[in-house]
Amino acid sequence: MQPFVEPDYLPALPELFLAGASVTLLMAGVFIGDRSTRLMTWLACVAMAAAFVMVLVLPDERTTTFFGLFVTDRFAAFMKCLVLVGAAVTLIVGLGYVKREGMNRFEFPVLIVFATLGMLLMISANDLIALYVGLELQSLSLYIVAAFRRDSLRSTEAGLKYFVLGAISSGLLLYGCSMVYGFTGVTGFEGIAEALATTVPGNVAAETGVLIGLVFIAAALAFKVSAVPFHMWTPDVYEGAPTPVTAFFAAAPKVAAMALLLRVFLGPFHELAGQWDQIIIFVSIASMGLGAFAAIGQKNIKRLMAYSSIGHVGYALVGLSAGTPEGIRGVLVYMLIYMVMTLGGFACILAMRQRGQMVEEISDLSGLSKTNPSLALALAIFMFSMAGIPPLAGFFGKLYVFLAAVDEGLYGLAIFGVLASVVGAYYYIRIVKVMYFDQPAEGFDRPVGVELSAVLAGTGIITLFFFAYPAPILAGAEAAAAALMP
Amino acid sequence: MIIQTIMFYVLAVVTVGAGVMVIASRNPVHSVLFLILAFFNSAGLFVMMGAEFLAMILIIVYVGAVAVLFLFVVMMLNINFAELRAGFLQYLPIGGVIGIILLAELVLVFASGAIDIEVPTTVASPTPPADEITNTQALGDVLYTHYAYLFQGAGFILLIAMVGAIVLTHRRRADVRRQRITDQVARDPKATVQVTDIEPGAEGTWKSD
Amino acid sequence: MTASTDLLLEYLPIVIFLGIAGVMAIAAIAGSYVLAPQRPDRDKIAAYECGFDAFEDARGRFDVRFYLVAILFIIFDLEVAYLFPWAVSFSEIGLYGFWSMIVFLGLLTIGFVYEWKKGALEWE
Repeated sequence: MQPFVEPDYLPALPELFLAGASVTLLMAGVFIGDRSTRLMTWLACVAMAAAFVMVLVLPDERTTTFFGLFVTDRFAAFMKCLVLVGAAVTLIVGLGYVKREGMNRFEFPVLIVFATLGMLLMISANDLIALYVGLELQSLSLYIVAAFRRDSLRSTEAGLKYFVLGAISSGLLLYGCSMVYGFTGVTGFEGIAEALATTVPGNVAAETGVLIGLVFIAAALAFKVSAVPFHMWTPDVYEGAPTPVTAFFAAAPKVAAMALLLRVFLGPFHELAGQWDQIIIFVSIASMGLGAFAAIGQKNIKRLMAYSSIGHVGYALVGLSAGTPEGIRGVLVYMLIYMVMTLGGFACILAMRQRGQMVEEISDLSGLSKTNPSLALALAIFMFSMAGIPPLAGFFGKLYVFLAAVDEGLYGLAIFGVLASVVGAYYYIRIVKVMYFDQPAEGFDRPVGVELSAVLAGTGIITLFFFAYPAPILAGAEAAAAALMP
Repeated sequence: MIIQTIMFYVLAVVTVGAGVMVIASRNPVHSVLFLILAFFNSAGLFVMMGAEFLAMILIIVYVGAVAVLFLFVVMMLNINFAELRAGFLQYLPIGGVIGIILLAELVLVFASGAIDIEVPTTVASPTPPADEITNTQALGDVLYTHYAYLFQGAGFILLIAMVGAIVLTHRRRADVRRQRITDQVARDPKATVQVTDIEPGAEGTWKSD
Repeated sequence: MTASTDLLLEYLPIVIFLGIAGVMAIAAIAGSYVLAPQRPDRDKIAAYECGFDAFEDARGRFDVRFYLVAILFIIFDLEVAYLFPWAVSFSEIGLYGFWSMIVFLGLLTIGFVYEWKKGALEWE
């Protein structure tokens, strides 16, 4: 053990700030009471914005602190920015819903800040224990917000299901971590990488043990990104949880879990790439296939978004299967575009209200182009983009990962991906058809609210005009990928 | 040494047996009692490995608090356990098949690899020998300094658990008169107690507000 | 079995103690089986409910507040568990270790203030 010297706190500044902000908000909220929910939500957004600025101004080069438990680099910075934006935007789009649907309690924004803090710790984890602590910090908050509408049977059920399955996946993760620790003797990511390169090869027992551990860790992480075959919780939880919570689930935690997946597979277990890439290819194909076919029969739009998110994870993992810096860049760009489209899509879903009641059936969208043309246009943009129709952003997301796969000779995977997106296009475009060609149903309540309109406009513009000026995003993703795969 | 081996096997067999009984016994209260037995025996195993602190924590936290909470839940919840078990037979075949597959895989792996666990050569922070430094101190020496980051993370997890328990279960009742201690303490006798001289035998002098 | 024998010897009294306790318990139960006459019938082994047949299951729905108290107790129990190693190595970990624990306790105190203000500690 190294002798103790006080660690450098500066690299963890955003996390420390957010930690302080979360407890401050909790205290302020409990003293002011539930009427402060709106104020707390905006303060939470301000805190996240401040953390975002801190992430940007901190030095870019790879730094570890807290005795190697915590790491920051360009990859972490990129992913943290995504997570912070995703969390803040979901808080903003949820404002109206939270107020109307009996969720008007100040704990909601505070729990979202806690979850975001957990995600930042996950992204910066450089040790198996730090990974677990970050993951639990995030998951525990997510279980609570899933069940936040405790008077709603479906919300409670969603929370309970998520909790039970999430606890099992945490158990798998811990079991895998303990195997890896047992056979390498270290928990730090650099230490594991070193052990896998030097002492483990040739030792049959250790090789098998680490491999079993890796499989368990992969299963747990696949659960967290909701990839097939660990996706079963997704449709139920997405449908049952309150809509702003579902939007949050689909955006921020998925990005954070993907960041963790990339860091774990490309960092400590890079040496075993030959072993894990079969797992990743299988998971990727299965997720793309299930996302494409299972979504076809869905009538509930939140369930549809759940299957769609499973499919998107499959596409993103195509980039990881390639295992090249181009592939990783593809994953990062894909996650960014996915998050923008998802936030926009959920902003549309949050605008689906008839006579003060939330509706979430696809048939409720009939003839939306007549009753609310701008909302219909926005939703159509997101649907076309998710389907991967050029020149919308979603097309480029898919393009980069498929190109990377083809470069590595993974033709089968790329072809399967293209076929799956053709099938997937069917149900995305069906929504557009329902909106534009079906008999108008009762229109949605107006106005949709300033916050929702602003988010819709912002995400819509990014989705629509990504092709015009992708350079800064591509450059950022490239730098981030280079930090992960030197 | 032979005694240690015997002790190990006794503890291990009882732990596994109690674990099986937790899921096999029909009465949920018995399940919890078997769980407690399993915890005790695991604590014994921890002691045999020199992990005294973990053993004691297992007894204090798991037996003392968690198992009691479980017992509380199964004794006081009006769940129809017969109904809950009705699906058991239905799921038994598929569950059994999955269990057998998992078991077969593990057996294959361990049989083929001829697992022989030696201490890895790369151990970063080996456990100090038990006769030099106690287990508790070995933990304490690193937990609050080298691992302070994780320690504070654990603090946050506990805080979230607290917030979550209250958010999900606590509700203020509107129909209850609650005791307001501050009001009681702040009550001024001058404002509330009135001393009145009453003429003996006089009537109608009693004033009340 | 890496622990030294000395350490395990310290636990010998506990093992003997548990052994004696087990023997006593088994002896009491087995003795009553062997010695006492056993003639159970339906009425004798029925649940005693003032002479009536049992109306319903003894399990009734309890207020969730009981569990809330129990859960909050477990959280503080875990917090206390962290204090033991801290107290044992207090002389080794210096000022940093001291403040480390104070921050941890501060976090839990914030949770406590939250509970208090929410009224979770009142029974009503």
